[in-house]
Amino acid sequence: MSQDAPHKRDIRIEVPVLARVEGEGALELKARDGRIEALRLRIFEPPRYFEKFLEGRSWREVPDTVARICGICPVAYQMSAVQALEQAFGLESSEWVLQNRRLMYCGEWIQSHALHVHLLALPDFLGYDNAIAMAKDHPEAVHRGLALQKLGNDLIRFLGGRSVHPVGVRVGGFHHAPSLEDARALGNRLEAALDDAEALVGFTAGLDLPVDEQSFTNVALRHNDDYPMYAGRIVSDQGLDISADDYADHFVESHVPHSTALYSHLDGQPYLVGPLARLNLNLDRLSPRTRAALDATGLTWPSRNMFHSLVARAVELLEALQEARRLLEAYAPTDTPYAQVEPRAGEGFGATEAPRGILWHHYRVDDEGKVLTARIVPPTSQNQARMEEDLRQSLEAFGLHHDDDALRLRGEMVIRNYDPCISCATHFLKVRVDRGEE
Amino acid sequence: MKPRVSVHKFSSCDGCQLAFINAGPALLELAELVDIVHFAEAGPMDPDAPVDIAFVEGSISTQEEAVRIRRVRESARYLISIGACATAGGLQALRNFNAQGVGDWTRAIYARPEFIESLDTASAISAQVKVDLELWGCPVNAQQVFTAIRRLLFGALPFVDNEKVCQACKRQGIVCVLVTRGTPCLGPVTRTGCGAICPAFGRDCYGCFGPAENPNTAPLARRFQGLGLMPEDIARRFHFINSQAPGFLEEGLDWDQGTP
Repeated sequence: MSQDAPHKRDIRIEVPVLARVEGEGALELKARDGRIEALRLRIFEPPRYFEKFLEGRSWREVPDTVARICGICPVAYQMSAVQALEQAFGLESSEWVLQNRRLMYCGEWIQSHALHVHLLALPDFLGYDNAIAMAKDHPEAVHRGLALQKLGNDLIRFLGGRSVHPVGVRVGGFHHAPSLEDARALGNRLEAALDDAEALVGFTAGLDLPVDEQSFTNVALRHNDDYPMYAGRIVSDQGLDISADDYADHFVESHVPHSTALYSHLDGQPYLVGPLARLNLNLDRLSPRTRAALDATGLTWPSRNMFHSLVARAVELLEALQEARRLLEAYAPTDTPYAQVEPRAGEGFGATEAPRGILWHHYRVDDEGKVLTARIVPPTSQNQARMEEDLRQSLEAFGLHHDDDALRLRGEMVIRNYDPCISCATHFLKVRVDRGEE
Repeated sequence: MKPRVSVHKFSSCDGCQLAFINAGPALLELAELVDIVHFAEAGPMDPDAPVDIAFVEGSISTQEEAVRIRRVRESARYLISIGACATAGGLQALRNFNAQGVGDWTRAIYARPEFIESLDTASAISAQVKVDLELWGCPVNAQQVFTAIRRLLFGALPFVDNEKVCQACKRQGIVCVLVTRGTPCLGPVTRTGCGAICPAFGRDCYGCFGPAENPNTAPLARRFQGLGLMPEDIARRFHFINSQAPGFLEEGLDWDQGTP
């Protein structure tokens, strides 16, 4: 058996548990002379066949069904679905409905970003295995995160009854209009949290984030006036500017042997969706207060450092908090929280910005509004190819001479930047090195 | 030594684990009372460590999961299933009605079906191993899981509320959506625990907490027919989040091929 040859080292990093879309997987890489020869992020999430059992279901059942695709971002799934079905039925949403959909979506961004920044990512940068261990030494950071997360969850509950698989959303609008008193009380709590959220932007920018400039295509929604969330066209920094209807003409999903998540490419190339891409493409849509907080970081935007995804999440949290407060201030109850639905045969497309990036839905329905076909492209499968590309570049830049533990840690941090549905804690990568074997 | 607790994920949406993660300060307090030795979503990773309580989210839908759940059972003194997937197979168990198995579905979704490994059915944890306590709900809430832990820590038997959504609804003084609006509400046969949030919003309960004790499904199904629902619509009411649960499974099958 040949001895350890530093120029030729086969490294195998296993990911025994990653949540949901990532599911169970492994990272395998072959390295030689300090270069990566082959890298595969293997994914084994059990298929759940949502697109198939949606077939034959009534339009009424779709929002409650698709919520169950993801417990972390059920609102995003409901929003893309109702948008697509309303297009199919030729139904125009009222201003009240549009405003409150945006309000509810703010809640999901706040809870998801607060969870990611404080409980999932921060232990990496403060040197802990997980947030529970970190809480002993940094109680203020953990408690700030938990408080913001709770506020986001309460905002979802305001319109949805509960934060996981909320029950308030329907095609045409909402089942229920909350009271003015509840809106006022919630608005006051948001107001009180603004300083914390603002401080969070500077806090994340002040962390010792790795510097890793990379070249990639940003893809996000873009709206005429607002920071994109519920609505907008799909744009890229390479000149793409299309409606959700034309998504399938430009984005192609393919299937590779080592994954149950499909890989999505834009004109044949990997691309990035999510907070960093959104911010890079929508800097001019931030509110003045958020823009000032961003400028105060001294960082240069747009950014090509994937680790700035953490700062982008804090920026978006502050933006969502202000936006929700504004919407709650303007809130007025209504007797008609939803429009009557008159089903008709047709098709519809929906694209909204889930906390992790664009979530695209396409439905064809019959004249009773029963689903004939459904197609759903979640953000994580869109980022899949980019994650592999990123791992290849950042592990080479980091240096393959590092021992397996260091490579594992760096690989985890790289994957976690994409907040893949839930960035699954800390030590999800296991390293096994075969030295000198073919 | 502090009691040891683990949280395991199988085929699921991760939503029930959020009962812990969304609990805020209660999660940190829990970490003081017990050793959380495995909980991938929150951080600790040691899946095979022996524990006093193993919480299991998700259903069994692959061969690998069928093997792994046995390891969880062997390492745990008490095994508690949390949520509709773990207790009744969950939404993905709708595949179980597909007589041809999942082969056709796999071919329809995946360009390279040979790369996909999946069982033809998604099953509850109790169909695979002994389960000591089942907590229903899609999703379960923090109160359910924390109450179960507290009771076990005190050496008391866990209490599982299996009364109907109707009772909770009446206590809150909510106007009945079935009686006053003719909405096909599953509250009369569904287990409480959600706080009757759907009727409170003026809409129908869709059964996400599964069957209550003695669910009298047949008369309710006939009432739905009286409201104008077609047999296939009635079947789909019961065959939704908890399609494999006793009571809901049979009632749905009765209406699947027309009026029974």
